[in-house]
Amino acid sequence: MRVSSPSLPATVARPLLGRAAVARRAEAVVIPVGALLVGFAIFSVFLLLQGKSPTEFLSLVYRAGFGTAFSWQNTLSRAAPLLLAALCVALPARLGLVVIGGEGAIVLGGVGAGAAAVMLAGTPAALALPLMLVCAMVIGAVWIGAVGALRHFRGVNETIASLLMAYIAIALMNHLVEGPLRDPASLNKPSTAPLDDALRIGNLPGWDVHWGLAFGVVCCVLAWVLIEKTTWGFAARIAGGNVRAAQVQGLPVGWLIVGFTALGGAFAGMAGFFEVAAVHGSANASLAGGYGYTGILIAFLARHNPLAIIPVAVLLAGFEASSGLVQRRMDLPDATVLVLQGFVFLAILISDTLFGRFKFFAPERWSTRDGN
Amino acid sequence: MKAIGVETVHMTMQFGAFTALEDCSIKVSPGSFHALLGENGAGKSTLVKCMMGFYHATSGEMLVDRREARITDPKVAHTLGLGMVYQHFTLVPSLTAAENLVISREDAPRIIDWCNEHKKLQAFMARMPFQVPLDQPVQALAAGEKQKLEILKQLYLGRRFLILDEPTSVLTPAEADEVLGHVRQLCEDGEISVLMITHKFREVTAFADAVSVLRRGKLVGGGRVSDLSHADMAGMMMGDAEISKPAPRSGAAGAKVLELSGVTARDRSGLRDIQIDRLAVRAGEIVGIAGISGNGQMELMEILTGQRPRRSGEIKVKGTPYDATRNEARAHNVRYLPEEPLFNACAPRMTVAENMDFRSFDTNDRQSRFWLSGRNMRNRASDLVGKFKVQTTSIDSPINALSGGNVQRAVLARELSGDVDLLIISNPCFGLDFSAVGEIRTRIMQARNAGAAVLIMSEDLDEIMELTDRVLVMSEGRITYDVPTAEADIAMIGHHMAGHA
Repeated sequence: MRVSSPSLPATVARPLLGRAAVARRAEAVVIPVGALLVGFAIFSVFLLLQGKSPTEFLSLVYRAGFGTAFSWQNTLSRAAPLLLAALCVALPARLGLVVIGGEGAIVLGGVGAGAAAVMLAGTPAALALPLMLVCAMVIGAVWIGAVGALRHFRGVNETIASLLMAYIAIALMNHLVEGPLRDPASLNKPSTAPLDDALRIGNLPGWDVHWGLAFGVVCCVLAWVLIEKTTWGFAARIAGGNVRAAQVQGLPVGWLIVGFTALGGAFAGMAGFFEVAAVHGSANASLAGGYGYTGILIAFLARHNPLAIIPVAVLLAGFEASSGLVQRRMDLPDATVLVLQGFVFLAILISDTLFGRFKFFAPERWSTRDGN
Repeated sequence: MKAIGVETVHMTMQFGAFTALEDCSIKVSPGSFHALLGENGAGKSTLVKCMMGFYHATSGEMLVDRREARITDPKVAHTLGLGMVYQHFTLVPSLTAAENLVISREDAPRIIDWCNEHKKLQAFMARMPFQVPLDQPVQALAAGEKQKLEILKQLYLGRRFLILDEPTSVLTPAEADEVLGHVRQLCEDGEISVLMITHKFREVTAFADAVSVLRRGKLVGGGRVSDLSHADMAGMMMGDAEISKPAPRSGAAGAKVLELSGVTARDRSGLRDIQIDRLAVRAGEIVGIAGISGNGQMELMEILTGQRPRRSGEIKVKGTPYDATRNEARAHNVRYLPEEPLFNACAPRMTVAENMDFRSFDTNDRQSRFWLSGRNMRNRASDLVGKFKVQTTSIDSPINALSGGNVQRAVLARELSGDVDLLIISNPCFGLDFSAVGEIRTRIMQARNAGAAVLIMSEDLDEIMELTDRVLVMSEGRITYDVPTAEADIAMIGHHMAGHA
């Protein structure tokens, strides 16, 4: 009994067009949005169990986060450090590294900026501010770059190393602002010496939002260009996609890992700089405000795409901006927003297993006559 | 007779629109040793997985001991006396054979009375036609002993029908003969019936009494082994598909391209050393490294690709020291084809176009570039997809949507375009179908004829004999034998593979 072989279809080398191209791209949007909704649905059950109304919660979030020009400005101010903190997760993630200790680089970057301001007292602001920024970014880069180096050269798990190093960073910050760098005038809240008015960064012209937002948005765009449009970014994506393939191709995997983690750390350090120079006016314990941790959630929701980080960070900043109002109006603890974030994060992590499961998003499975 | 017969009746298995198994009826009578032949992807694994309850057949029935059986999961199969021995061992290496046997029992008690169990085990072993030392940790046993223990385990568990999934792929020819000899004896004694998946005609003729051949999910032939020749079986397996014979060899070996001297490195386990005292590959020759898997071939590949640091020694390409950096590989036209390309040479979630550009994305005719050119990437990919006949819906599809043969074609297209001076290959045809295999071997031969030095590591001795000009045998991390292929004797190579030098 013999069966003739089917003739192979003509070889095709066309790009995906029209509906197929849209479907492929839609997967990266639909699944995270779905996870966000599922996370919120679970959170609604949590609210209902306490006898609170999810719709009231949503309307309060809308009013406090996005309802008025004032609330938009509040939201955007909070979004600035989140953009940068999320980059500190997203850049290493493109190399396959899960770095969750951006908080440490923010804190130490802020301390570096505060200390630099003290040392540069009397220097013109045009010189002092860039030096403070560079100082904060270098410290952040070294801190998170060290995580990458430990990973590549010593095989230390980057997730655990970065998390533990964040605790070290916070302890180091407390030691410095309560000891060697303390301004004797700061009584209740140990801080570095307050910045000169000349060194305080003002707001974007016409807005009540500081310059950190503009820097954050620009950094997200630059990071996207780096990853998507340069050969370095492509090499990093190969290493993130399959490190063995990258090694066989002779790509400098170690340098890519150290470079991308350091760049992520530099962005987190920049967030610390803006917290000091634009928000607090000195480095103190307020630097450890949890931006680094919210940044993890944002980066995962954005699927580590720096452009997607921008809207996601604004959304999450809106939720955070509303926590005060939610607390007052609904008589809920202000940690409620953290509970929401937790549920959403869980949903996002689980949703990652759904990629590639839906035929709808995979044009190559639409017709079995094509290909294969 | 303890052995039971098993029969599949019109069994069909569909995965979505793909039919992996179509209307397949196979009968294994009690006490027979039945071989299941077929190329990779012919549906052999699907069939046995349906029989064992790992898959649920879309339609069709199964008869166990002439009674209809609904096998909903492997546990039901076990209760009916069906057992399976896998290609790779499922024993716990740190436990002794006795411990492995006892813990594999479904009714193993919470507190084990070892004195009693040992007595029972000894009584059990006394009834068996072959023995395995019971009180040694399994990791101290040779591969053949482990496979014997796997089979003893099935008998100990009271299985009366065994499926063996390529049971000899990790054994030397001598070990394989011994193990299969015992299995045949057990069948003749009426202890068990066996269905063995295999690729090897020799094993079928030497040990099996009946054979069924699958191709593309269909039963295409079979019968009593004594009525069939190797050519008959090969004909059924391949059908009338065109198999391109490797291009004829032409030209003679030239200057040395790759030279290793005194290279040592740690092996994967960190316990043993890899030691390559001398290895040279000349332009226009294919040197093959034969050996049983796990004897250092994987490590040698890693040393050559720069993934494994070497402790001492020197690698030279065209007379200059070589550390496998991207620049060196580019300057000397060194290319690699690692085994299982999807896992070792591709980023599975990136697109076909991106994957096909891994070697050239950062260069513009020898000048390095900073900005990525999406247009160049797509043009190059479209060009190569056409030239190498890669079957894909689009160059923007993720490469893991392609079949194994097409992934290998895409990688070949990437690595074999342009001038190639040194080609280092590991198991290029693992898991690929016939037509892809012929084509890939032809490409390798063409590279050789065009003057490339080729080093190929393969566990498939036939592949080595077909392609190479010179065969080396690797055993225990060392090269133990070196012979021109034309003068090579398979038995001698097998002898060295087994480490009896």
